[in-house]
Amino acid sequence: MLQKGTPTMIEQLITSFIAAAAFGIIFNAPKNSLLQCGFVGMLGWAVYFSFVSYKFDPVLGTLAASFIVAFVSQIFAKIFRTPMIIFSVAGIIPLVPGGMAYDAMRNFVQNDYNIAIQLAAKAFMLSGSIAIGLIFSEVIYRIFQKS
Amino acid sequence: MATSLPNINEIMDVCLLAGKIMLENGAETYRVEDTMARIAAGYGIKHSHSFVTPTGIIFSADGSESTKFSRILERSTDLRKVTMVNSLSRLISNGELSLTEAYHQLKVLETAKLAYPIFHKVAAAAIASGCFLIMFQGQWRDFLPAFFAGGAGYFCAVYLERFVRVKFFSESLAAFIIGLMALFFVSTKIGVQMDKIIIGSVMPLVPGLLITNAVRDLMAGHLVSGLSKGAEAFLTAFAIGTGIAVVFSFL
Repeated sequence: MLQKGTPTMIEQLITSFIAAAAFGIIFNAPKNSLLQCGFVGMLGWAVYFSFVSYKFDPVLGTLAASFIVAFVSQIFAKIFRTPMIIFSVAGIIPLVPGGMAYDAMRNFVQNDYNIAIQLAAKAFMLSGSIAIGLIFSEVIYRIFQKS
Repeated sequence: MATSLPNINEIMDVCLLAGKIMLENGAETYRVEDTMARIAAGYGIKHSHSFVTPTGIIFSADGSESTKFSRILERSTDLRKVTMVNSLSRLISNGELSLTEAYHQLKVLETAKLAYPIFHKVAAAAIASGCFLIMFQGQWRDFLPAFFAGGAGYFCAVYLERFVRVKFFSESLAAFIIGLMALFFVSTKIGVQMDKIIIGSVMPLVPGLLITNAVRDLMAGHLVSGLSKGAEAFLTAFAIGTGIAVVFSFL
């Protein structure tokens, strides 16, 4: 079906870097933090993509990726003395299960409720794992800070 | 009770203004409360209380008779302003900024237009859409269709919101336009996979910031604002879904 093979890891890294930096522009992040935004986004996506391509569950991949994103954002926030949200938002966006939510919606519209609810439940699980990854890294970071 | 400061009203004004700017530009609730408490402490109010929701801030300080309230009508995302208020509050807690100076700077910041020009944002959204298409295993052939559909969709969302002032409507109309363009590209054989094009182009509209903020607020114990931000995120997702769904009824 696919002509020139599926996109490779390098393509994934480059596109995720650009996409995350572009999101920095959409959210009006300060100009000198755009590169860091791109880096955080690339890192998160690389983790997620490697988990998924080694046939792990996407939920686990999302959890690991959002953990890494939040952790690196916290370190950047400390270094550059800015709110953490600037870096974490751009990194989280690619992990949001937009595609799955879309599929669910499409099935709902086509009156295929069984599949739609399955997909919606999965999308919900994925958003939950983003949340847990964020919280988890925050807790670990606090523990590190105290010791 | 606490020693009453002579200029307590001005201090409260500065706190409220800082909180208002941060909240209007997409900061998390706990950060807003934290910043207001820090500013108050920087000017000598040891104990202050604030109640922050996405639609309003209530702030009171020990030693003052009055409690102040500020209404938040419009919310958008401008992380640069959040950063600037953050650094102002850092200056204040170090005692490097006088009260009148701080108020003046915040007033300037409140109305300043620091956003990137709309053209840059649309270009960024278009590029991001194309990149997301590749990230979601699309083919390079679909890059340009996603690029144009994503840019057009984002432009519509921003422009229409200025026009009609109802976020739900502008978002679902933008999603509808994205769906139509994807349908057009696929039926003229310029694009191949309609699903991938739509998913990629819709990404700039997805409420990612709201979702992360909602979760962090909930976990930090700000139940009211967490839930209401979650509701806003859900409404946006629903709007996008509706817009796309209408296109499918044409298929």
